[in-house]
Parts: sequence; structure tokens; C-alpha cells
Amino acid sequence: MSQLDAKIPQGPLESKWSKYKANQKLVNPANKRRLDVIVVGTGLAGSSAAASLAEMGFHVYNFCIQDSPRRAHSIAAQGGINAAKNYQNDGDSVYRLFYDTIKGGDYRAREANVYRLAEVSNSIIDQCVAQGVPFAREYGGTLANRSFGGAQVSRTFYSRGITGQQLLLGAYSALSRQVGLGKVELFTRHEMVELVMIDGRARGIIVRDLVSGKLKRFSAHAVVIASGGYGNTFFLSSNAMECNGSAAWQCYKKGAYFGNPCMAQIHPTCIPQHGDQQSKLTLMSESLRNDGRIWVPKKIEDAEAIRAGKLRPTQIKEEDRDYYLERRYPAFGNLVPRDVASRAAKERCDAGYGVGTGQAVYLDFAEPIQRLGKDVVTERYGNLFQMYEKITADNPYETPMMIFPAIHYTMGGLWVDYELMTTIPGLFAIGEANFSDHGANRLGASALMQGLADGYFILPYTIQNYLSDQIQVPRFSTDLPEFAAAEKEVMDKINKLMNIKGKQTVDEIHKKLGQIMWEYVGMGRDEAGLKKAIELLADIKKEFWTDVRIPGQAIDLNIELEKALRLADFIEIGELMAHDALDRAESCGGHFRLEHQTPEGEALRHDDLFAYVSCWAYQGENKAPVMYKEPLDYEFIERTQRNYKS
Amino acid sequence: MDKNINIKVRVWRQRSAKDKGRFVTYDLANISQGSSFLEMLDILNNQLIHEGEEPIVFDHDCREGICGMCSLYIDGHPHGPDNLITTCQLHMRKFNDGDTITIEPWRSAGFPVIRDLMVDRTSFDKIQQAGGFVSVNTGSAIDGNAIPISHDTAELAIDAASCIGCGACVAACKNGSAMLFVSAKVSQFALLPQGRTEAARRVKRMVAKMDELGFGNCTNTRACEVECPKGVSISNIARMNREFIKAKNKD
Ligand SMILES: Cc1cc2nc3c(=O)[nH]c(=O)nc-3n(C[C@H](O)[C@H](O)[C@H](O)COP(=O)(O)OP(=O)(O)OC[C@H]3O[C@@H](n4cnc5c(N)ncnc54)[C@H](O)[C@@H]3O)c2cc1C
Ligand code: SF4
Ligand code: FES
Repeated sequence: MSQLDAKIPQGPLESKWSKYKANQKLVNPANKRRLDVIVVGTGLAGSSAAASLAEMGFHVYNFCIQDSPRRAHSIAAQGGINAAKNYQNDGDSVYRLFYDTIKGGDYRAREANVYRLAEVSNSIIDQCVAQGVPFAREYGGTLANRSFGGAQVSRTFYSRGITGQQLLLGAYSALSRQVGLGKVELFTRHEMVELVMIDGRARGIIVRDLVSGKLKRFSAHAVVIASGGYGNTFFLSSNAMECNGSAAWQCYKKGAYFGNPCMAQIHPTCIPQHGDQQSKLTLMSESLRNDGRIWVPKKIEDAEAIRAGKLRPTQIKEEDRDYYLERRYPAFGNLVPRDVASRAAKERCDAGYGVGTGQAVYLDFAEPIQRLGKDVVTERYGNLFQMYEKITADNPYETPMMIFPAIHYTMGGLWVDYELMTTIPGLFAIGEANFSDHGANRLGASALMQGLADGYFILPYTIQNYLSDQIQVPRFSTDLPEFAAAEKEVMDKINKLMNIKGKQTVDEIHKKLGQIMWEYVGMGRDEAGLKKAIELLADIKKEFWTDVRIPGQAIDLNIELEKALRLADFIEIGELMAHDALDRAESCGGHFRLEHQTPEGEALRHDDLFAYVSCWAYQGENKAPVMYKEPLDYEFIERTQRNYKS
Repeated sequence: MDKNINIKVRVWRQRSAKDKGRFVTYDLANISQGSSFLEMLDILNNQLIHEGEEPIVFDHDCREGICGMCSLYIDGHPHGPDNLITTCQLHMRKFNDGDTITIEPWRSAGFPVIRDLMVDRTSFDKIQQAGGFVSVNTGSAIDGNAIPISHDTAELAIDAASCIGCGACVAACKNGSAMLFVSAKVSQFALLPQGRTEAARRVKRMVAKMDELGFGNCTNTRACEVECPKGVSISNIARMNREFIKAKNKD
């Protein structure tokens, strides 16, 4: 397929979604229970979709890697979820949320999708409140809000620093209800390892039971991928250890296009790396930037003395501190979007003003503690401060925290149309696994919103448009040759891996991959570096397939085999990211090409050349992928240079 | 300042629920005290793989203290010798050069061992599936602010709702009771107006499921509260008991 049809409804922005819903085909209630849907993933996107589809009457198979749906990575989100409720009467509206999201994404997202996201955002909050999600409340009993990076209104709903947990537990409880009723068949510790296609449509999956190691077959009328992002390609990231891109990658290899793979988000407020024994990075919620002030020493000799342990940050006088975000971006100050804050931190560290190991800046609470009192600061951020202290052994009430940017979220993912369907009929992708709503950069508190929007309010409608004529199609037997062939393919790959019996562990190779990715495909990229990365990644691939060592048996609980299967895909995902980054000779959002910046060091887009979604199509082993372009026509707003200064 | 230390770890190894397990001791050199406990185990596993052995199986995921996936009974304490944290948040600076650290799985009838340090905690999900929810379909909710909830009530509900389902309470309890976990969920909904209509049904079903799955009863030793990484209070157990009696009285 080379014709990309995003299926965006005609007409004014405000009425596209309601028009779609009014005209979409429905499935008769009596027929729904005869239709099966596979949902891969139990994060916010997967749980909410599985629960909603089952409530409607469909029969759902739901899978996750962890022992319980409640442990999906979404649980880790701290800061909050956006919605355009305008409860604070500060001028928020659906349009403004739409506008901020489009602008924050550096005009590389689809207008219609983003508008719809803003439109359904309010229902998400209502739904969660009804489920018993305990959001923070004002003394009068109404819902509380805070502000987040990239917005000048307070539209973020939260539950202390555990918003993701509370939202996921809400979706999990809705899912549990359906599991209890027998409407959802839940398979935990089961990993999708292959997509099964019949007559060009997605009809099933092959799963590896992670406890027995056995492969199992599942068939359905449609398959929904809600498997999260691929940020762990970088080895060190803020993602949970089990986050991976494999499910999406298998779909790509079966013909689903991959959209904007190079667009990875760097989060500005992670705890810096402590050394080479590190397995992952820990994020400090971005909400800290609401009150915390970010600075480095103004004088290079102070920075040097701090790094040498001769000076403590509290000894640096106010006038000798460079609050570089407040200085450079007076209108937004410490609340500039993530990409801007991350780049500014890197710029200061590269210039020699970094603290700690040199790869860190301060996030200081001395002034807010004085202004608001310690109690207020504790109520707002107490658990984050506690977490920071456990990890670093420093007390942030007394000395400023140290932070540094880290890989956090992947804006790229499976390409989907307005209906959230991929280029494979019957294969849908939702949540972080799709590429859709964030453009080149995701604003804080928008991923939770998107995951739940997709799962509760969008997919359950759009999937019916596809399923409405599938009622004629009887359930498929998993004895069909397509299933046998897919299973054999997986088994061959597993046997090949097990037989390498090389010298390096999976983690050792993954670390090397991560280093290449961070150095050449990380925060700042250039043509020479990306070309080099492509060569180095080819070497790593060879190294992996000839030298990895996996102990144990293939058909057994085997944690190293699990990791190896994912690493095989991470390496290829890394290659595609580098290709995509090389093609995109502009800077936008989380993708910064060093050759393309303004004289002030800001990202320089080239709208005349790159106003498109890059959609990569797999061509086969060792063949260069082909890219198709989905042009991004901006009908309703004008693209401007992003400006957070005034 | 963090330094590097040498330690021994005594680890419980057990191939499956049916096998008899045993302790095996391993030596580890040059562990940075800035590393987390699980990073130490990663290093040990790397070492084992190089020596041609199978790695130690343990559950973990977020490594940020929130998913509830990590477990481990370390030197006699669920989640190790520190308060209010999970195993993944435990750092090696809690240990000294030359220490021998004993690592076991959660031990409880409700949590059978799968392999080594990994146990099966799906019983918690089953309890929740029995009634731990508010029955509301997607798409029919009224405006969030139409259900006002006082600030303090919301905070209490969050306290209860912050349970991560790790199972340390069960592992710490000499009766293998799951009361702290179950009461945390019951309390969250009991405190909020949303869940009131089905409160009686909820508590009865969850308690019945808990009993059916072989968890013991609470005898108020408070070991659960002491070991809970999220500081979930046993006052929730009292609240659950009240809810339960209320529900029974209605029968
Ligand atoms: C530390 C941290 C903090 C964050 N804070 C915020 C925040 O404050 N606000 C915000 O909006 N966003 C935040 N985010 C981003 C947000 O949490 C994620 O983007 C979002 O939760 C992703 O949800 P998801 O449902 O798409 O995927 P996930 O929650 O990652 O779920 C993926 C699911 O897929 C399953 N799975 C994966 N592969 C397979 C397979 N092959 N077979 C079977 N199952 C599979 C997993 O088991 C899991 O159930 C944060 C992210 C991080 C890392
Ligand atoms: S109550 Fe505490 S110890 Fe028990 S499962 Fe919840 S968080 Fe873990
Ligand atoms: S690994 Fe998630 S709580 Fe420890």
C-alpha cells in the first residue's frame, strides 16, 4: 500500500468527531458477543479499551507481560492528566488545549486528531471520578488543578504524585469487573511474539506463556496493540524495565507502517546517572518545575569547585546563580516545554557549567520553601522528595536536587488513521504504541490523556466501523496454516537465539546499543553522527546474532530469552530511528538536528520541506525500508515559530 | 560519599512450586553503594550467566517503587531493612563491606513460588475481580465537580488507594492475612460517595474471596503496617471490619 488515507472527516474542526460518530456503522448488540477482539496491553490504553469493549458486549482477550494488569508501566506516571474543564476560570477551552498541544508538538501532529483529543478530555475526568479515582480536591470539594510545562493555564488534574497509579487502578477496576463477569479473558505473564494475518487482515496473535515458555495461538476478528513505547531502545530511560517495542515491531514487519520513529522525548527532570551499574533512570515529576527553580552557577570557577566537592550549592550567592530558563524564556520561565528545558540544560552542561558529575543542573526549592512554608511544599511534593532522598542520599529540603534530561517517551509508533487503524486492516494501535497525537514533542500530562481517550472514548467507536461487516465472518480456527506458519517462524527465531551460545549477556549488548543511541540519536543529532550510528548499529546487530549468550531452555521460564527477543527488536528499531532522523533535516520538538537551529540556539523547522508524517514500510530482511509521506495540511491554524519568550 | 563494597548473598533457589528449594551463597565484589538492590542482583545474574549458570529469577519492573512488582524478603524483612520503601528503592548504601545478605521469596500459602524468588500473586487480582470496583460503564458519567468530595476525605481516600498490591503485608503476617491489602481497597471506596450503593456487596464479596483463596485472618500484630512500603494504616482494617459488620447486619 502506498496510498495513505488518514480518513479525516470533512467539515469544520469542531464537528468532525460528532459527525463521524453520527455516521459510523454500529454493531447490533446481539451480534457483539459473537465478535472477538484481542487487546495487547493493560496500561491505561489497553485496560480502558478492554473494559469498554467488554461493557459494550464484545468478547475480549487481554494480554500483558506482568503478573497483573495493574503493574503496566502507566502506573508510574506521576504528574497528572490534562483536560479542558476550565474549572479554574483561567481562560481554558477545548480550542486552547488543542492549540497548546499542536504548538507543543511543533506542528507535526494532525489537527483533527488533536482536536478530538482535547474534545474528549473532559469526559475522561468525569469517567475517572465516577470510577472512584481519588483526584486532589480543593477545600470546597471541587477538583484541584495545577499547571504543567508548556501551558499558561492550570488544567492538570492530579492525585498527589501518583496520578498514573490512580488512573490505572481505575481502569484496572473497570477491567476487573469485566474479568469477573467473564467478558474479558485475561492472560497475564503472556507476551505477544507474532501477529497472524489471514487474507491480508489481522486475525490473531502468537503468544509466549512466560511461565511455561510454551507458544499459544489466539484468533479474533480484530487486534488492538496497546503495548506502550520503545524508549528502552536507549537502555537507560525513565521507562519501566519491561517496556519494549516488540509487539509494534512485529506488526511493522507484517506490513503496518511505522510513523515518525525518530521522535523520542527527552524529559528534563530525571535523577542523573550515578555510574555504570545503573539499570534505569528515575524521573522526578515535571510538576516540580511549578515551584522549583532551575539554575547552574554563573561563574565557571564556581561550577568547577562544586564538581570538585569544594563548594556546596547553598554557598553560591543569589547573584552568582544563573536561572537560565527564567533568563532565556521570561514568559514561561521554568515551565517551558520539555524539549526546550532539556536542550537548555544540555547547553549549560556542554558549556562547562554542569554540577555533580558535570551532567546535572540544580532544581532548587529554597525559595518556595521560604515563600509557601515547608508544609505546603511537603504536601505538594513530599513523596517525590522522599524518593529523591532514597536514591541519592541527599535531602532536597536542605540542598537543591540535581536533575538531568533522559529519554522518556516515544512520540513515534505504529501509523494509524483517524479511526486508530494501522495500514493492516483489522489491526488497531492505541496509547503510546501509536504515533498519533503529540507531533514532535509531547506536553506533560498529555500521554495519560491520550491513552485514556483512545481506550475509553475513541477506539470503542471506531472499531465498530470495522467490525460491523465482520459479523458474517465466523470465528477462525487456530489450526489454520497461517497460525502454524507464524508459530514456526517464532520457534525458529527462538532456536536460533538459543543456539548462538556466545560470550556476551543480553544486558551487555543492550548497554552498548544504548550508548550508540544516546550519543548519536539522542538529544542532538547531525548528519555525520547519524550515518555513523547506522554503521555502528549494523555492527551491534551482527554482534548480537553471533555472540549473545542465553542460558536455560527455550520452552521454559527464561528471563534471558525474553530480554533477548526484545533486544533483537530494539536494535532494529534503533536503526529505523536513525534512518528517520537522518531524513528529517530540520529540528522539531524532541528531534534536534544540530545543523538546523536559529541563531539563539532554538529548534529550526522547515515547514516547506518537512510538514509530513514519515511513514516507514518494511521491505524485508536487509532491505532498506521505504518511506511514504502523509502531508500535514494545516487547515485551521497557522504554523508559527514556537515562542516561549514573550 | 558512596563507595564500593564486597558482599555475600545467600539466595533461595527453587526451580518450581513442586521442587524443594535451598539456599545458595554467592560472592560479589565491587558493588557501588549508589546502586540499587536490584542492580546488585543484575550484576550477580550477569556474573552467573558468564559462569554458565542460570540467572536468579525475581520479579521487578518500574524500579521506582510504584508498580508493586518487586518483592523479596531481605534479611528477615519484606522489601528489606528500611521503612516505607520497596525493594527496588533499597540502595546498597544500607549495607556494609563484608555483609552477608539473605534473600528469600514471599512465603505464604496465598503466594505459591513460581521459580526462585518469583511468586504468584494473582490471588490479589481475583479478590479485586470479585467486587473491588465501582460498577459504572464508560460514557455515562456526570460532571466531575457534581460529586464534591472534601479535601480531607479525598486525602484519606488517596492514602488508602496508594496501596501498590505488592503483597508485603501478607508476607510479613504470621497468619498470611491479606487484610491490609483488601481493606485498603474497601476503604478507598467506602470513603468516597461513588461506591456507596454497592458497598455492602463489595465488602462481602471481597472478604469471601480472600477467605476462599486461603489467606489467614488478622490478629492485630500490626506486622503488615510496619512492613508496608506505602504506609497503609491498619485503621483501614478497622474500617473494613465496620463495613463488613454493617453489611452483615443488613442481611
Ligand atoms: C516515569 C514516568 C512518568 C510519567 N508521567 C506522566 C504524567 O505525569 N502524565 C502523562 O500524561 N504521562 C506520563 N508519562 C507517560 C505515560 O505514563 C505513558 O506514555 C503511558 O502511560 C503509556 O500508556 P500505554 O497504555 O500506552 O502503555 P503502557 O502503560 O506502557 O502499557 C503497556 C502494556 O502493554 C503490555 N505489553 C507490552 N508488550 C507486550 C507484548 N508483546 N505482549 C503482551 N503485552 C505487552 C505491558 O505488559 C503493559 O500492560 C510518564 C511516563 C514515565 C516513564
Ligand atoms: S497494603 Fe502495603 S504491603 Fe500490602 S499490598 Fe498494599 S502496599 Fe503492599
Ligand atoms: S519494581 Fe516496581 S515497585 Fe519495585
